[in-house]
Amino acid sequence: MPSVRFRLNGVGTDVDADPDRSLLDILRGVLRMTGPHFGCGANECGACNVIIEGQAVASCDTPLGSVADKDVTTIEGLGTAERPHPLQSAFIAEQALQCGYCIPGILMSAAALLKKNSNPSDADVRTALDRNLCRCGSHNRIVRAVLRAAAEMEAR
Amino acid sequence: MSAPSPAPPQKLPPSLAANPVLSSWIQFSAQGHVVLSPGKVEIGQGIVTALAQIAADELDIDIGRVRMVRATTAGSPNEGVTSGSLSVQQSGRAVRHVCAEVRQMFLAAAAERLGVGADALEIVDGEISGPGNVRTSYWELADEVALDRQATAGVTPKSSARRMLAGNSVQRVDIPDKVFAQPRFIHDAALPGMLHGRVLRAEIPSAKLTELREDRARGVAGLVAIVRDGNFAGVVSDTEEHAETALKALRKGAVWSAQEKLPEEQGLADWLKSQPVETTVIDKKTPPHSGETKRTVKHQYTRPYIAHASIAPSCAMAQWSGDRVHVWTHSQGVYLLRTDLALVLKLPAENIIVEHMEGAGCYGHNGADDVALDAVLLAKAAGGRPVRVQWSREDEMTHAPFGAAMAIEIEADLDAQNEIIGWRHGIWGNGHVARPGRAALPALLAGTEIANPFPRTIATNPPQATGGGADRNSVPLYDFPSWQIDCHRLLTMPIRTSALRTLGAQGNVFAIESFLDELAAERGEDPVTFRLRHLSDPRARDVIQSVAKRANWKPAKQAGVGYGIAFARYKNTGAYCAVIAEVEGAKDISVKRLTIAVDVGEAINPDGVINQIEGGAIQATSWTLKEQVRFDRERITSNIWSAYPILRFSEAPEVEVEVIARPDMDPVGAGEAAHGPTTAAIANAVFDALGVRVRNLPITRDSLIAAMELSS
Repeated sequence: MPSVRFRLNGVGTDVDADPDRSLLDILRGVLRMTGPHFGCGANECGACNVIIEGQAVASCDTPLGSVADKDVTTIEGLGTAERPHPLQSAFIAEQALQCGYCIPGILMSAAALLKKNSNPSDADVRTALDRNLCRCGSHNRIVRAVLRAAAEMEAR
Repeated sequence: MSAPSPAPPQKLPPSLAANPVLSSWIQFSAQGHVVLSPGKVEIGQGIVTALAQIAADELDIDIGRVRMVRATTAGSPNEGVTSGSLSVQQSGRAVRHVCAEVRQMFLAAAAERLGVGADALEIVDGEISGPGNVRTSYWELADEVALDRQATAGVTPKSSARRMLAGNSVQRVDIPDKVFAQPRFIHDAALPGMLHGRVLRAEIPSAKLTELREDRARGVAGLVAIVRDGNFAGVVSDTEEHAETALKALRKGAVWSAQEKLPEEQGLADWLKSQPVETTVIDKKTPPHSGETKRTVKHQYTRPYIAHASIAPSCAMAQWSGDRVHVWTHSQGVYLLRTDLALVLKLPAENIIVEHMEGAGCYGHNGADDVALDAVLLAKAAGGRPVRVQWSREDEMTHAPFGAAMAIEIEADLDAQNEIIGWRHGIWGNGHVARPGRAALPALLAGTEIANPFPRTIATNPPQATGGGADRNSVPLYDFPSWQIDCHRLLTMPIRTSALRTLGAQGNVFAIESFLDELAAERGEDPVTFRLRHLSDPRARDVIQSVAKRANWKPAKQAGVGYGIAFARYKNTGAYCAVIAEVEGAKDISVKRLTIAVDVGEAINPDGVINQIEGGAIQATSWTLKEQVRFDRERITSNIWSAYPILRFSEAPEVEVEVIARPDMDPVGAGEAAHGPTTAAIANAVFDALGVRVRNLPITRDSLIAAMELSS
């Protein structure tokens, strides 16, 4: 089996697996990283979104082989309770979720947005999150949290 | 000055009466924790936080000391199902009573140890102190106070004025884990030695597996077992990837045949009204004196089948040990699931432990219980190792029960002044509940598929006394002089239905509130005035007047923009909610803003209430503008998101919620209050904007065109 090497949350990672397997399956099934969630397996819901080279991408629809030598960031690489990313602090401050299953993917879409646009409008945030589905109806709280994080990051 | 204490209740709260042993609810640890064990489960609604608030208040402890135990049949009180917006009402009252009583027991023990009267003691964060600087604590006394005894009536919980936390927006205790991706969901759990299972299901509901060639699947790496039991088939493999590959191979060897034709999607209302039914008169009010009917107005309203469409596909784990099985599930009712598992497995319930783990929001009875039986059946072939089973998106959108389609006919008799003197409301549709654990036969999907199958449970409706099903919210809250409400429950069920958030309330409120709007428009009367003129309940009037004020009812007319109002009291006994919708558009409607006033009695966690109301309103907007289960005569065709679109971020309306403070009223749930009024307010706003009355949900470009054609 060929080995695929990529940087996962800043750490060089080698995976011996079929390069056609989905990145989500590798993250969850091989690397036991349960942050990215399976939702549909068809790039339709965003629950499995990760950041690849600055872009928010559905990992369920991304073959392992395509991330060779690339930078992959998952929710695990975003921040921790001790060192939270401003988005994570803002999601807590805004109580921006109900069930939370979609949140890892939404945080990654939002993090990719804030990298590109440090001062997004409400509409920018909605556009960036439009491929992420939320079934609980937490949309507006999520948008508020992303805007709050952006303001927080600008103020630093 | 504190408010006078309420009189001691003469009876235990029902949940506590059913589970009276105090220690089954609460335990104290020497390490300074209070371990609370409610029978209700977290489904993203924030119940564990609200219950922790109630306990912390009653016990005078910091909320951080409360540890919540997930519900399990191995020890938790049996509180039935977590549904119907009843958790804070049922579990909350029980927890409040338990904590009040336990506090008194600790005070008595402390008084004895310290040699002071209990009345002279005070409790601050679990430290009990009295005059002369004497002190002890819950934690010190934990071993001395025996909680393995029955709760007694006659304990008085604190008055609302003396509660420090209830009524305040406390941050939810489960949110940090979810934001920092700490495994909390069942989907992210792993047991030692765990295998992975997948169930083979047809695209066709209730199909018969006429042929199954296993040879291809047998050749897949990592295969542990292929399980076949009648029409139930599945694989068990060492990894999830191998299970998926084996399933794919097995699928190629499967031949299915349809057993029952699905209805025509077009003309669904006619189909609903032509099926064999069981008719129930839900309510009848005879007029004190009969006016003379000058004319009768009649309209029909419909809603389609609606999918729960949880973002996470259903998931469960099971592990056998001899003739005992342990099940991990995101079911809404661990005891009820256990009852049905026992029926299918023909085992005593004591042989089965069902333990809750969080799943994604379910919004009612989805595939959670079904996948638990799937895991149990597949784990039989795993030689004592645990098996995790996860459904596919397609199975979730095909085989999980749907919210029932409804056809609702309302007819009003009007007198010479166009006032309502008679009102008839008829409902046609499948029952709204086929939950497990309620009947002599199991209601789990695989139970209908195994070689000696159980018949499929035809959904029924709970009685009006517990809120009703298809008929939920069908009895008007308005002061009409007479009415008759009939419910026609279908006795056939080609499309599987069961509990979806609000049961029939969304459809009935849509129908009633649309119909009232039509009458008001015909009279040229303002719809707010019209409603208030027919409402005497002061709390109902309050939410309507509050929302009207907040939305500056009624804003000046602008081209292409419309405003609509609607109101309901959920189940006629729960939360009061009034919604004003602002919509925009011509061909495609977008909802710009929803202004909402809600009265849930005592709001334990006001931000939690707002979160539930906002979420409910946005979900209802999604149902109203987009959602409809699609099918042909054989299969459900809306089995992926692109075929079953839900509201996206760019489409979500602004939502503003006002919570009317009623700290001295019993708390009621907020999770389902907004759906009906939001739906009807949007439909009424569409009429205001375009002059087109859409009576068939969802309000899409197609249904708008159809409604325009009808009215032209």
